[in-house]
Amino acid sequence: MTRLAGWGRFRPVETRLARMRDDGDVAAALAGGTALIARGNGRAYGDSAVSPGLTLDMRGMDRMLSFDADRGVLVAEAGVLLADVIAAFFPQGWFPAVTPGTKFVSLGGAIAADVHGKNHHVDGGFGAFVDWVEVMGADGRIARAEAGSELFDWTLGGMGLTGVILRAQIRLRPVETGWIVQDMRATQTLAATIDMMEATNDAPYSVAWLDCVTTGVMMGRGLAMLGRHAGLEDLPREKRRKPFATPQKPVLRLPVDLPAAALNGVTRRVFNAAYYWNGRRKPGPRLVDWDSYFYPLDAILDWNRGYGRAGFLQFQCALPQEAARPGMAALLEAIAASGEASVLSVLKRFGAERGRFSFPMAGYTLALDFPANDRSLKLMERLDAITLDHGGRFYLAKDARMPRAVMEAADGRVAAFRAMRAQSGAKGLFVSAQSERLGL
Amino acid sequence: MKGPVLILGAGSDIARACARAFAARGCAIQLAARDPGRLEADRADLETRYGVTVSLHEVDALEVEAHESFVAGLPELPMVAICAVGLMGEQDENAADMTRAALVMRSNFEGPASLLGVLANRMEARGAGTLVGISSVAGERGRASNYIYGSAKAGFTAYLSGLRNRLAGRGVHVVTVLPGFVATKMTEGMDLPKPLLAQPDEVGRAILGAVEKGRDVIHVRRIWRLVMAVIKAIPEAIFKKTSI
Repeated sequence: MTRLAGWGRFRPVETRLARMRDDGDVAAALAGGTALIARGNGRAYGDSAVSPGLTLDMRGMDRMLSFDADRGVLVAEAGVLLADVIAAFFPQGWFPAVTPGTKFVSLGGAIAADVHGKNHHVDGGFGAFVDWVEVMGADGRIARAEAGSELFDWTLGGMGLTGVILRAQIRLRPVETGWIVQDMRATQTLAATIDMMEATNDAPYSVAWLDCVTTGVMMGRGLAMLGRHAGLEDLPREKRRKPFATPQKPVLRLPVDLPAAALNGVTRRVFNAAYYWNGRRKPGPRLVDWDSYFYPLDAILDWNRGYGRAGFLQFQCALPQEAARPGMAALLEAIAASGEASVLSVLKRFGAERGRFSFPMAGYTLALDFPANDRSLKLMERLDAITLDHGGRFYLAKDARMPRAVMEAADGRVAAFRAMRAQSGAKGLFVSAQSERLGL
Repeated sequence: MKGPVLILGAGSDIARACARAFAARGCAIQLAARDPGRLEADRADLETRYGVTVSLHEVDALEVEAHESFVAGLPELPMVAICAVGLMGEQDENAADMTRAALVMRSNFEGPASLLGVLANRMEARGAGTLVGISSVAGERGRASNYIYGSAKAGFTAYLSGLRNRLAGRGVHVVTVLPGFVATKMTEGMDLPKPLLAQPDEVGRAILGAVEKGRDVIHVRRIWRLVMAVIKAIPEAIFKKTSI
């Protein structure tokens, strides 16, 4: 038995961890009859990928099976990381079509959570670029679920609860260079930030960082970071010869847990102000390398230790378009009133909803992080209620503490998801600590 | 580095990591195992990731009579051969049942020595090549908890040092790898101290480095040199009463 937690390191679960090396290992694990869940690289923040029974470590299945270099189509096992995909194919001009904020997610995890990137408003989520997935169901049989099939739609965003994802075929995006033309714009108010996102809805990538400390009229001021892949013509001549060369950055590590007090209310406030003013100093377009643009936090491995031993919690909700303005304002007011500043508050635009259980809905999403303590937990209950009042829902890949009743009130799709699980035999077998907590 | 790299016992976690490390350098890879059919996904992986040529070969380390023809049947005599063949078993069972003990001894000593011996002769005739034997710190001193495995590894370690001695100055280099604890199928479920536990890809990188730099004996994590120096320095009269 081993104690295992998600990336937020909040409330570890006692589980038996077993490494999977091929389909036979997974079939044997299923035949044992113990409740289990698959785990990729452990980047889900909460308890989605730990089981109170058996946790399948899918990193042993990390082989790439084929790549069509003309069309950018990759077939790979679930344990392959996006970082592996980038290492192998980026030098040939291919990049993941959708990427979350870390390249250290597994393919299986990205599918299970149907992760989104800064381009959801244009391209949709990860699932929009998946042609098929192979899933081992409760009966130990492997089903290939093609895009559009019912099993496919439940598996994308299904948090590993439809079966064990073994392999998938994904489509990559052709790019000409390793650079992003980033256009940084500072805004003064929340309304201005949202206006900006609306006005730039055709930008391929867009994300805004919000200052969640400042109150009053300046509440919700932020930095919008728009981006597009640079073409060769965007590069200065010295970069054109090696358009995919990425500047080498030192890999930093947090070798020990910081004391919980290191990220206290004061340092979080200072960080928010400094971040805003630093961003404001350099508005307008400039070239940023792909790694810094998409994966700023990956530069510090083990950054999750920054919150200390107790860990931290993420809160991410989506609000429908019509409720986004008042809803975001209410969320920020509640945070400011609590005095619990989030270190990074990220606002993104979402495009249309897809899939049976995927998180995104047309509108806006706000992601926040808080140290794991009683005050934050109390604040998050308040944020739950505001989200429900505005017709929003919650991101399961980040959740570690939501009560079952909140999930049920937020998501009308839960009943159908449960029925599918009962009918396919998945219910008793594919179980995470999260699915138990939420009664999925 | 020119010429293909042969990996013997290619189904193991360490073997997979070695294959990736060398393929990333652009080397053609020959994967050999008892059941090469199970290596299809690994072949696809190496070809897909690194664009190198990969061939699969059938070999049973225990069938020593077949080793000459196995090596003769390779598409090309490898420039580097890495032997990752091994079997630990359960010490209690090995001690109780001598047929099991013999299997462990043959899998860790006789088989690997035979395979590398055949390759050594051919590389010596060519005048170039590197042989890598993955042995174990368990062979440094016999302990109650795994002396059957350990004694076979001790034999293999001595064999490698003799081979190195014989081939020095003949263009063929021999690397002895003493990995210490590695997070593989062999150690799964054991409660091992983190600072002593290497990941397979660390082993792969260490072996690539040792081959490129022409090193003789390597520990994957340096701390093992210290640990083993201490364990070897304990006088036998005291050591026999301990349970290390």
